[in-house]
Amino acid sequence: MTDFHGRQFLVVFASFSVAACSRAPMTFMRTFGPAADPVTSLGWGLTIICCLVILIVGGLLLIATLRARATDAALSSVPIAHPGGGLRWIIVGTGISTVVLLGLVVWTMFTLAAIASAPSAPVFTIEIRAHQWWWEARYLDDTSQRTFVTANELHIPLGKPVQLRLIGDDVIHSFWIPALAGKTDVIPGQTNMAWIQGNTLGTYRGQCTEYCGAQHAHMAEFVTVDSAAAFQQWWEHQLSEAAAPSSAATTRGEAVFLARCAACHTIRGAGAGGILGPDLTHIMTRRTLGAGTMPNDPVSLRAWVNDAQAVKPGSRMPTLDLPQQDLAAVTAYMQTLD
Amino acid sequence: MPRIADEGGLHIDARLKAIWETAPGIRGVLSSVDHKRIGIRYIVTAFIFLIAGGVEALVMRLQLAHSDLKILSPEAYNQLFTMHGFTMIFLYAGPVLSGFSNYLWPLLLGSRDMAFPRLNALSYWIFLLAGIFLYVSFPLGLAPNAGWFNYPPLSAKDYNPGPNIDFYLLGLIFLGISTTVGAANFLVSLLRTRAPGMSINRLPILVWGTLTTSIGNLLAVPAVSLACVLLFTDRQFGTHFFDVEAHGQPLLWQHLFWMFGHPWVYAIVLPALGIVSDALPTFCRRPLVGYTPVALATVATMIVGFGVWLHHMFATGMPMLSLAFFSAASLVITIPSAVSTFAWVATIWTGKPVLTTPFLFLSSFILLFVIGGVSGVMTGAVPFDFQLTDTYFVVAHLHYVLIGINVFPVVGGIYYWFPKMTGRMMGERLGRWNFWTMFLGFNIGFFPMHIVGLMGMPRRIYTYAPGLGWDTINLLTTVGAFAFAIGILLFLINLLMSLRSGKRAGANPWDAPTLEWSVPSPAPAYNFAVIPVVASRHPLWEERLNESAERSDLSRGYLLDHGRETLATTVLDAEPDLILKMPGDSYAPLALALALAVLFVGLILHSATCSGLGSVAVALAILVWLWPQRSLGQIGESTHV
Repeated sequence: MTDFHGRQFLVVFASFSVAACSRAPMTFMRTFGPAADPVTSLGWGLTIICCLVILIVGGLLLIATLRARATDAALSSVPIAHPGGGLRWIIVGTGISTVVLLGLVVWTMFTLAAIASAPSAPVFTIEIRAHQWWWEARYLDDTSQRTFVTANELHIPLGKPVQLRLIGDDVIHSFWIPALAGKTDVIPGQTNMAWIQGNTLGTYRGQCTEYCGAQHAHMAEFVTVDSAAAFQQWWEHQLSEAAAPSSAATTRGEAVFLARCAACHTIRGAGAGGILGPDLTHIMTRRTLGAGTMPNDPVSLRAWVNDAQAVKPGSRMPTLDLPQQDLAAVTAYMQTLD
Repeated sequence: MPRIADEGGLHIDARLKAIWETAPGIRGVLSSVDHKRIGIRYIVTAFIFLIAGGVEALVMRLQLAHSDLKILSPEAYNQLFTMHGFTMIFLYAGPVLSGFSNYLWPLLLGSRDMAFPRLNALSYWIFLLAGIFLYVSFPLGLAPNAGWFNYPPLSAKDYNPGPNIDFYLLGLIFLGISTTVGAANFLVSLLRTRAPGMSINRLPILVWGTLTTSIGNLLAVPAVSLACVLLFTDRQFGTHFFDVEAHGQPLLWQHLFWMFGHPWVYAIVLPALGIVSDALPTFCRRPLVGYTPVALATVATMIVGFGVWLHHMFATGMPMLSLAFFSAASLVITIPSAVSTFAWVATIWTGKPVLTTPFLFLSSFILLFVIGGVSGVMTGAVPFDFQLTDTYFVVAHLHYVLIGINVFPVVGGIYYWFPKMTGRMMGERLGRWNFWTMFLGFNIGFFPMHIVGLMGMPRRIYTYAPGLGWDTINLLTTVGAFAFAIGILLFLINLLMSLRSGKRAGANPWDAPTLEWSVPSPAPAYNFAVIPVVASRHPLWEERLNESAERSDLSRGYLLDHGRETLATTVLDAEPDLILKMPGDSYAPLALALALAVLFVGLILHSATCSGLGSVAVALAILVWLWPQRSLGQIGESTHV
């Protein structure tokens, strides 16, 4: 039994070292911001202590089983005895366990306090509404002209805490970027607050972690940590309206969009103002389609627009059954929305 | 009441048999109130549900074996995982332990039957019908699909208009009746029907476990039944308990559910820990180390267990003070578990273990208990739980709890008590194959789930993208799950073969210390020819342990052969008090359960006629049941002696 354990122990550590590199982008055993880092230390501490406990008790169990085992299988041939000394095990074992547990309680409480609030005042607030099955993000600013809406992919400035205001819209979801912070549920009827900060440039993946129906599996979100200048530039760009179409094909595409897509989607500047689906004004700046369902490339875009139900069954995006020319035109138009 | 010496010989046996034995054939099947038959039925039915839930799991494991597989539609997957959870938690894990306790209690306590034999039959029939009620939804494609904890608003009418969730809600309310009457029966049986001398400090630990569980169930089940009634009225009658638009609170469900749900976790493990505490010492050839601390730890676990439900909701946006309190309680609850763990290890260490198949299951359980326990500590630490919750780490944790702490002791327990139940031994050779396949398959399948959890894989996703580093581990888990299933298959094969051609077992094939091994195998319908008088925790080891001059008396005692009778004793000291007149076999429990089923079917069909008829039938069945019978001493002067 216990030699098997030993191997499991090695597997754990081998896997962690794998997990720590980019081959496991969703791991939380290596994190990149102060809302997560103290927790990660606690997590490693707990993992190591727990593995030790398993090894020690497993080892004792193995020795206990083998040291005085009766070789004869007939039970009645082994005499019954009532040797003493057993209670010492309980006292010592439980005593040590209690001390370790109380230590862990203290460590846990300090960690909880360390992540309770951001080290400095958050620089701005993002209002996040969770929908079946995508994320709507509204970047708030004191002047309403500088507020804008995007979806599924957030950008934040390097080394600055950002406040998240999580608002439930339909069912319960949970917002989670493992490399930056733990989960906070998004619950209809209440507003939960959270904060994140990224101390290393990069893009971090997360996804919804409260089961929310048919497409719970396809509800990813990304956070990109930008340098201050790049972030400023991104914000300015997101504020801009979509450029007018410049060719015959894209002009037709815009018309198709307004006829078939604008009831649900917004494209600022094009007169499309639907609010049921994601704002697509700058869809080409995003990495994925359908909240992480497919990469955002021309082939996927065409497949998505043509028949979202085939790639994300049950999602709120209907199958459009567009004529081929319309499909080609509207995807050509959407590819100009950068 | 004079003591009647054992007259010996066959005619007592024949007389008691005539009084207690169930009628042969279908009449007996439908009307029996024999706790042993009911207990075995419970175990068999629970295993059928275990197989159903297991097949559901295997289908899901195929879908998850690699990224982006399309074996199942999202809706099919979501129904499968919901039914898998419901089945394993409500239709297997709880009922299988009820089965053990039903079979064993009167034998362990030294009485002829449970305090309320007909209630016992009712409890089984309702369990069976509730399970069938729920499973009817499956072939219709209308199985519950909001997870086994069924959070609104996802389970509210707006987002789930079909009857799927109604099957869940009504099924759970229906099943709750079974759990409640079963728990009441255990409690009264314990308080009133112990053999003389079986004071509370001489109870087997399994009895402590089931006692604690029963009290827990009586306090916890109302919370979930209430939640189900509220959600049902929200869905069908337009109330607004969980409706945000009308200032209802979705979190109210979570609180009510977990106020039930967490104690229920202990309900489905404490009796299993009792199985280990009682059976393990037999194979270590010594009494359990630390009987009193282990008994107290059992009770303490349940008491603290009522104060930790919030740890299922750490990420819902709780105030820091609540988080701190519930986190500390969740870590502290480990202390009683440490007591039991070290008691078991010390029992093996200071004993002379004989490595039989049941010993392998029971001792390896200790290891799985520790793994499931420490992963529980990790999830109990609030800030780390913000990361762990709803990932595969939790899936790994709960399977170590449910399989490691429930299935392993249960299988070990069946190996141990099979001779008592059937008169035959289970095959030892196949038993070893069975054990190693289950043990290795389980660990290969489920240990890596911890790691994929730490790599960020969320639970309840029907598929996942490539490139997240989860593929290899998921394939390994699928392989392990199938190996584990083969282990279960070997167990069932061994069971059936042993039933036909297993070695004949004597009364006490393991040379075990407790009362049930003093009667022939299989146990006769009347259990004990005379009600034994107990003088210690180990009536059958007294001579050899020689710890005091007192001796239990197993062959002289109350004969009680004037109809179905058993002895009532006082609550704490088990002094003889009065003779209980026990009811005979009866169709009333089955009739009442069927009437209730008609009522619930009417509710799901929205048929006032059907549920009206069901209600009338329920009233009639209760009336027939409670109709006074002279033979039960319910008319005139009772037989208080």
